[in-house]
Amino acid sequence: MQEAHVQAELTQNLKEDKAKQTRAYWIRVAGAIALLVIIAVLINVASKGSFLEARNIINVLRQITYGCILAVGQTFVIITAGIDLSIGSLVSLSGVVMATFANAMGFGGVPLIIATLCVGLALGAAAGFVNAVPVVKLNLPPFITTLAMMLIAEGLSFKLSHGSPIPLNSPDFQSTGIGFFLGPLFSSLHLPGIPNPVIWMLVIVVGCSILLMRTKFGRYVFALGGNEEAARLAGVNVGRVKTMVYVISGMCAAVAGFLLMALFSSGSPQTGTGDEMLEAIAAVVVGGTSLMGGRGTIVGTFFGALLIGMLYNVMNLIGIESYTQKIVLGAVILLAVVVDELRKRYLRKA
Amino acid sequence: MRGIGKSFPGVRALDGVTLDLYSGEVLALVGENGAGKSTLMKILAGAQPADSGDILIDGKPAGITSPRTAEQAGVGMIYQEFNLVRSLNAIDNIVLGYEPERGIFIDERAARERATSVFAELGITLPLNVEASRLSVAQQQMVEIAKVLSRHARIVVMDEPSAALTDREIDRLFEIIKTLKAKGTGIIYISHRLEELPRIADRITVMRDGRVIETRPMSQFPPDEIVRAMVGRRLDSHFPDLPDVAADAPVMLAIRDLARPPMVDGVSFQVRRGEIVGLAGLIGAGRTEIVRAIAGADVPNSGEVDIEGTILHARNPRDGISAGIAFITEDRKAQGLVLGMSVRENVTLAHLGQFVDRDLLINRAKEEDVTEKYIEELRIRTPSPEQIVNNLSGGNQQKVVLAKWLLGKAKVFLFDEPTRGIDVGAKAEIYNLMVNLARGGAAIVMVSSELPEVLGMSHRILVIRGGRIVREFSRSEATPDAVIAAAAGAAA
Repeated sequence: MQEAHVQAELTQNLKEDKAKQTRAYWIRVAGAIALLVIIAVLINVASKGSFLEARNIINVLRQITYGCILAVGQTFVIITAGIDLSIGSLVSLSGVVMATFANAMGFGGVPLIIATLCVGLALGAAAGFVNAVPVVKLNLPPFITTLAMMLIAEGLSFKLSHGSPIPLNSPDFQSTGIGFFLGPLFSSLHLPGIPNPVIWMLVIVVGCSILLMRTKFGRYVFALGGNEEAARLAGVNVGRVKTMVYVISGMCAAVAGFLLMALFSSGSPQTGTGDEMLEAIAAVVVGGTSLMGGRGTIVGTFFGALLIGMLYNVMNLIGIESYTQKIVLGAVILLAVVVDELRKRYLRKA
Repeated sequence: MRGIGKSFPGVRALDGVTLDLYSGEVLALVGENGAGKSTLMKILAGAQPADSGDILIDGKPAGITSPRTAEQAGVGMIYQEFNLVRSLNAIDNIVLGYEPERGIFIDERAARERATSVFAELGITLPLNVEASRLSVAQQQMVEIAKVLSRHARIVVMDEPSAALTDREIDRLFEIIKTLKAKGTGIIYISHRLEELPRIADRITVMRDGRVIETRPMSQFPPDEIVRAMVGRRLDSHFPDLPDVAADAPVMLAIRDLARPPMVDGVSFQVRRGEIVGLAGLIGAGRTEIVRAIAGADVPNSGEVDIEGTILHARNPRDGISAGIAFITEDRKAQGLVLGMSVRENVTLAHLGQFVDRDLLINRAKEEDVTEKYIEELRIRTPSPEQIVNNLSGGNQQKVVLAKWLLGKAKVFLFDEPTRGIDVGAKAEIYNLMVNLARGGAAIVMVSSELPEVLGMSHRILVIRGGRIVREFSRSEATPDAVIAAAAGAAA
């Protein structure tokens, strides 16, 4: 009798707790969306209506695509309490290498696209692996190893391209870079459709979110960031998990490099700069992931990237010059993190 | 120190302790692990506030509220693990916080003079321009002593100063202590090594369970009476009956010449099916290091770990787990749990593979079912499997750790201080669980610093000292006095 009673109570509490978690999750998502909508409306007024035009919204999504993909990879790294500074240069390097590769191949069409992407992914994965090895084997700080990789990749991309963009000979990449998805559906709205890169971003966001929240690997990423020694003693292959997060980050950089190369029809050593990397980290942090490790979500990162993208967009619309834009962006990042911390403290007390 | 009291959540660490120290004497402070010596000394050094009581120096309130004010009152503390900045040299360490200045610069010459004059006073020579991390342990200790003296300490507390020293270095240390005495400094000397006390101590104070039991002049305190005062008469019997181990029970775990210098120095023993073997010893004796080497948490340099005839070459904890070892660590917060994760996530962490479906996703419903089962079985007091473990009490956290390892159906269980810091009720439940595991045919090794626990919960007791097994007791032979004497190295 007693046991049955305990069982029932546990099940009941579990249900309530899960409901609470789900509710808390959706409240956060809804809160984020509501916040974005409010900002959007305010912006819309300020920009005299141009912001909320469907065309502009699609534009914002397209603009955040590359940074968001970088930020998704960075989220894995930051949840393990690490950091990857090399992603910006890896965007450039993978773009240059992929363009060189594609130009050297004697075939075209879908096989060329796939082969080129694979070369980029292999490069990104290899760079991530090199980032991780000293971190795993010698316990060096990832700040240093990825800083070194940032310089190496940047130098290499300029050397390989002799400092100027390498134009793609094949026109086959255009549909990936500037094509649209579901075009016919949107034609009645006088819109070209959803840009293909945006679809890539959404697939990566959803896929990585599942990887992080639902798989063994994802659970280990959190365990590692929460308490590395406890994870190790529980039999987690700490070295492999750590290596994988840098590999994922490098591969995300390669995808961003691929999409940018397709967009510009050239692989340029100047696409990825320090700014891209810093904005990706900002998106992760604004999205609620803790730099101390152990906590974070991919969906949060997406909203973080979206918020930053919207800010840029609206500042452009109302004609704020780029120096001021940086000041505003810095202030907003600081504000977002402070508000998030205050919210957490409030919840802990309540 | 008059009527010092101190409580931690759930523990009364000090209960009205009164202690006198005269100038120019060495007062030895002895007691079992957890008797309250360190807490008392931390209060004297201002590292922790007392809940009640006063500290008087020369009959006046000393006004000790922080390490800084303690220093100014003339108290110098030399911790066992030292407090040197490892990347600074001896001179910089000695003047740290009290740097002589000339304008905005540190007056290097004055600093050097201050350091060398203290060393000269003590008759010590050591390299002054070398990073502290490159000095030997004995040299680091001398820097510590010089540091407190340069701050005009009149009361010097030394916590286990001889623990890491060779015999020659100890002789040297005792000479320095004599120099200090001659200058009128009062010294409180904490030690587990009873055999060295006649050489150095003037009086001995024995502490137990947060109280001072007895203080006598050294010459009137024979070793066997010291041991008796340390142990007391308090072997409470809330331990369950241990199941008998059949004489022909097969050996499940065999350790042969296991070594991992400096803390594990050639250890061999066997554990049979259904047997609980207790590892007794003082803190720093190498017990934890032995079980860590068995589990693969540290990789042993040499020796064999044999589980049911199969030799385990563990290079990491993973290998140990797949060979059937469960290692319940002593520090559950730092090593046993991911505090920010839920009960469910912690319980399944070590065996997550059991919960992965064919689609490679974790089956959360299955995780919940299993976690609920263990919550009931072990009576983990948590509102639900989704509770974050940081919010649970110590006893319930420990049960979460146990559930994590029960899930794996391990054959060998290594418990390191399984009941440290948890309440009596939870302790009894954990003892029952250990007995059930033994009954089910597991081999159990338990490290414990609580003497009653070792005596009450072990079929056999191995006493560890200096990384080696120095004595073995059967359950019937083991008495508190004999085990303590063996652990402290006193001739029994």
